[in-house]
Amino acid sequence: MTLRTALFIGIIVLAGQGGDIALSFAMKKIGEVKNFGPRNLLKTLGRAFQIGWMWVGIGLMAIAFFSLLALLSWANVSLVVPATASSYIVGAMGAQFLLGERVDKMRWVGVVIVCIGVAFVCAA
Amino acid sequence: MTERKTLRAKTYVLLALMVTFGSMGDVTLSRGMKELGRLHAWSFDGALVFFLRAFSSGTVWLGIALLLLFFISYLLVLSWADFSYVSPASAVGYVLVAVMGYLFLGEHVPVVRWLGVGLICVGVLLVGGTHPNTGQSG
Repeated sequence: MTLRTALFIGIIVLAGQGGDIALSFAMKKIGEVKNFGPRNLLKTLGRAFQIGWMWVGIGLMAIAFFSLLALLSWANVSLVVPATASSYIVGAMGAQFLLGERVDKMRWVGVVIVCIGVAFVCAA
Repeated sequence: MTERKTLRAKTYVLLALMVTFGSMGDVTLSRGMKELGRLHAWSFDGALVFFLRAFSSGTVWLGIALLLLFFISYLLVLSWADFSYVSPASAVGYVLVAVMGYLFLGEHVPVVRWLGVGLICVGVLLVGGTHPNTGQSG
């Protein structure tokens, strides 16, 4: 793996998970959705898109997406996709330290096993 | 039903919707794009014509609509559930795609992929055993 490939995998994982964490932060500001009527759902989504973090999340996800496209232009998909499975661990770390979620031992073990499983599925 | 049980039940429903819409959206969009054939001309005009054809395909629009429903379900579940719960739990989509491919499309699934599917199931069961919202779990 070249330095450039490793750098792009890092960007994809960090920007992708950063984007998801920003979306999660925005939705937590909205609070738990309890009414699933169409009018209320539209209102909730409208409010969500007025929160700056929602747009930060979408921007970071776009960076991850275009970095993935760029990386796939020179690196093999069989290397790139399993490597990005590490996103689950990075995401759980972000959730614990940035969102303040309490990730207990059982959830950590589950996250690591899912990460290995996804890498196997993608590498096969 | 207690509030805790209601929260868990609606998390499972939204996760099921996410996984279903996400997998169906990916498959439908991929099918729609394959129907168009390969993008041969890498010029601006060639790409423009290709994307105009893509956006006149009903299958592509169906795929986009399904992925939009996936995104809405994702946002809704994140309004109460932990990201560290939703993200690994949604990996069950890989299991669904492998099992559906094997059962309905007669695809050959290599042993390594089945091993991965098994590991994902174990991991999702462990994550699913924790409370979806640690802010409320006490």
